Amino acid sequence: MANWIEVCSLDEIDPEDVMRFDHNQHSWAIYRCPNGEVYATSGHCTHERIHLADGLVMDDIIECPKHNGRFNYKTGKAQGAPVCEHLKTWPTRVENGLIFLNVE
Amino acid sequence: MSSFGTRRDYSLTGASTPHAHAAGLVSANWYQTDIPRKTMKALMTRRDAPAIRDTLLWLALLVLFAGLGYLSWGTLWAIPCFVAYGVLYGSASDSRWHECSHGTAFKTRWMNDAVYQIASFMVFRESHVWKWSHARHHTDTIVVGRDYEIMAKRPVQIARLIAGLFGIPQTWGTLKSLLQHAGGDLNSEERNFIPLTEQTKVIRYARQTLLVHAAIIALALHLQSFYLVMVIGVLPSMYGVWIAFIFGLTQHAGLPENVLDHRLNCRTILMNPVFRFIYSNMNYHTEHHMFPMVPYHALPQLHELMKAELPVVYPSTFSAIREMLPALLIQTDNPEYDIQRELPQRSATDHQPAQHPQTA
Ligand code: FES
Repeated sequence: MANWIEVCSLDEIDPEDVMRFDHNQHSWAIYRCPNGEVYATSGHCTHERIHLADGLVMDDIIECPKHNGRFNYKTGKAQGAPVCEHLKTWPTRVENGLIFLNVE
Repeated sequence: MSSFGTRRDYSLTGASTPHAHAAGLVSANWYQTDIPRKTMKALMTRRDAPAIRDTLLWLALLVLFAGLGYLSWGTLWAIPCFVAYGVLYGSASDSRWHECSHGTAFKTRWMNDAVYQIASFMVFRESHVWKWSHARHHTDTIVVGRDYEIMAKRPVQIARLIAGLFGIPQTWGTLKSLLQHAGGDLNSEERNFIPLTEQTKVIRYARQTLLVHAAIIALALHLQSFYLVMVIGVLPSMYGVWIAFIFGLTQHAGLPENVLDHRLNCRTILMNPVFRFIYSNMNYHTEHHMFPMVPYHALPQLHELMKAELPVVYPSTFSAIREMLPALLIQTDNPEYDIQRELPQRSATDHQPAQHPQTA
């Protein structure tokens, strides 16, 4: 069942950037891609427990700040060593300039 | 931080490993200077131009000195030519290997990967194994029982360090490792930091690398050309590694083990432009460890932002060596000895963090 929660306004994330979002002891990384679409993944890298919100967004890729492991944040796919395990992705939507995340 | 007796066990599967876990040194939170998100994003931005320029220059110099070495073969002029060639082959490749292993040298992925493989071959290092060991080095920097890349293990063996200037232990170690991997086996330490899914790549790489080296030697024998093995293969990795070995030692040697602050276990050294070219700006080593996603070409700017929080930087390579060598000598029979670096007054506790609007 869908459980949409409000994250922040769209303006709070620059295009081609990422922001951390914490809720109910879970943490997510919320991305705004260059064309303005919004995506969400689990907040922590699958290699070690490092938050991806301090990483670098390049087109469809988030690069982890610790060992530069890369994921496609739209699909969650790990792009190679040192990340082997994919990221979980989460549905998002934008309404009236606000970002919502389905946490179910 | 505490040490574990006089003889330390540096293996990743020995007595020091549980101590490191118990002391909270594993995958710990390290001190980080606060840099505003927008500034950090600008610093992290990837560019191709600086690395294309530096790679072309590096390759052109390699060709130039290989050519001069050929022309001067059999004369004394060959000596400086091969000294220069060796430094470019065995030392400059080390820093290219390193920067590309982080994926930060180029913006374009295939360029990073290509230079990474070429440089791995030149520095005689197994590309997959070192990718993983280097990730561990960044997670648990100079933590005994966790970091596979500690160069000056205590008690320090000076003879081993001298042999390291000529690449002897490194080459011997890689050769043994390649043979073991080519036979389909990894040692227990490697299994500790290389995931199971990646281990077949290690084995495949070892077989391919041994074949390439065997082909080089066979060709040199066939042509009866000593020149050939002076310009490609293991020999130039060995006779050219000395400067990378010295630079590598200055990164951490003599400084404390088992601390969670890169300002205490890394050196930032101001180097001349030639050294910085050879070393790809890794003289800004504290900065690199604190923010490994900042490309080498942006490290001087990062240094400017961080320097107020750093201990006094070393004004030259010589000054770092002058501090390091006596410490290494003391550590030959006193493994507890460390060089203590003084942090500036503006410490972690009284420093006002800059705004992090994107990550708050
Ligand atoms: S923690 Fe993300 S790549 Fe290692």
